[in-house]
Amino acid sequence: MAEPAIETSSILPLRLESVSYEASGKRLIDGVTFDLRAGTRSVILGPNGAGKSLLLRLCHGLIRPSAGNVSWAAASGVAVPYRQAMVFQRPVLLRRSVAANVAYPLRLRRTPARERHARVEEALSRAGLSALAGRAARSLSGGEQQRLAIARAWVMRPEVLFLDEPTANLDPAAARAIESLIDGVHASGAKIVMTTHDLGQARRLADEILFLHRGHLLERADAATFFTKPKTAEASAFLKGDLSW
Amino acid sequence: MDDLAAAFGQAASLLLGFDAELIEIIGLSLRVSFMAVGLAALLGLPLGAAVALYRFPGRTLLGALLNAFMGLPPVVVGLVVYLMLSRAGPLGALGLLFTPGAMILAQCLLVLPIVAALSAQIVADLNEEYNEQLHSFAAGPLQRLATLVWDGRFSLMTAILAGFGRAIAEVGAVMIVGGNIAHSTRVMTTAIALETSKGNLALALGLGIVLIALALAVNFAALALRDAARPRYG
Repeated sequence: MAEPAIETSSILPLRLESVSYEASGKRLIDGVTFDLRAGTRSVILGPNGAGKSLLLRLCHGLIRPSAGNVSWAAASGVAVPYRQAMVFQRPVLLRRSVAANVAYPLRLRRTPARERHARVEEALSRAGLSALAGRAARSLSGGEQQRLAIARAWVMRPEVLFLDEPTANLDPAAARAIESLIDGVHASGAKIVMTTHDLGQARRLADEILFLHRGHLLERADAATFFTKPKTAEASAFLKGDLSW
Repeated sequence: MDDLAAAFGQAASLLLGFDAELIEIIGLSLRVSFMAVGLAALLGLPLGAAVALYRFPGRTLLGALLNAFMGLPPVVVGLVVYLMLSRAGPLGALGLLFTPGAMILAQCLLVLPIVAALSAQIVADLNEEYNEQLHSFAAGPLQRLATLVWDGRFSLMTAILAGFGRAIAEVGAVMIVGGNIAHSTRVMTTAIALETSKGNLALALGLGIVLIALALAVNFAALALRDAARPRYG
């Protein structure tokens, strides 16, 4: 649960109202309405091509909806972009050292040097990357790179952390390390919004599921309900696909 | 063939003999071209990055001009700078004509489009990779430019080296605005042109070999620096 201090000035809930997104004449997200509240881990689930990544980018503000509204509950004057962070499927690491990558967003925010060093050190140690602090970020393994991307997001102390298929390219052990790191971020009070097509991961991480199918939000339920009693045929089929594996 | 052999002999004896005049000429060549490239980099890197990153009126035209001007004929640039700096010209009061300052200005104008156009390409490519992440970090336009130039610095060095190659090798511009005055504005390329016209082919070729060796040395030094630093930053 979010700490009271965060609660009072929260930018959440995030509200999407009849949001659609079109690219080259195709409607990829179609009339999606929902809101995301603080505290829970929301997992956007769906098959490949459902529009999960687009929906996440719409929430984070990387792309603008063709129709509809994306709005935060922030009071005016709150720097909403500074209160959220995103981790991409393929981490985009700066051509700098591991520590410099984590320090980078704090530099952008002009965090004083002393505080910056302390926070970078803390984030690196939480991600288990302290020993690699001086290495070139892009020389790390895939799992380490993704952990670094999460540490770099975490160091900003975001109120909301968006993650786009954060373990899609990783082996199971590396994926587990990422999942426990995400748990840590959540435990520190951040709202988690992530996409996945991996049902096992959704079961392990989700408090609630938003099931996306061909650009439509077909279901939204808490995880237990969704996995035991899906309401739509599409969700049932998607869950059965898991069983046949 | 005899000429070639004699030329290498000349080059060796010129260098090994520490000929004072040669040293002076090499010194001026390097000074003029380094200054010109330094200035061009100072202006061209941000200019190229701005063309790559920002939307402003005339951006497409500016990008096209920079690309087209990469191949500016040195004599034409020399002539334009000559007209600007001549007594009757708009900058005549500066008294720069037939000084190293005029040569630096002319070479800077030659090199600027090269540095800017190549920088624009390099920064645009890197921005393609960084764009979403920087957007996510809420980096401002200037922060974005600084980040991309810094992270692209090893590639951008290639752009600067290309500019240096152009500057150190050109003869037309420095000849016109410098005048090839001994002990004052004579550089490697103008000395070669002079010796060739006097029929001292071996000496001219010897100077040419020294010039090429210089250009190679500068490039090797820059690349060695890059390769030493790169593993630390990826």
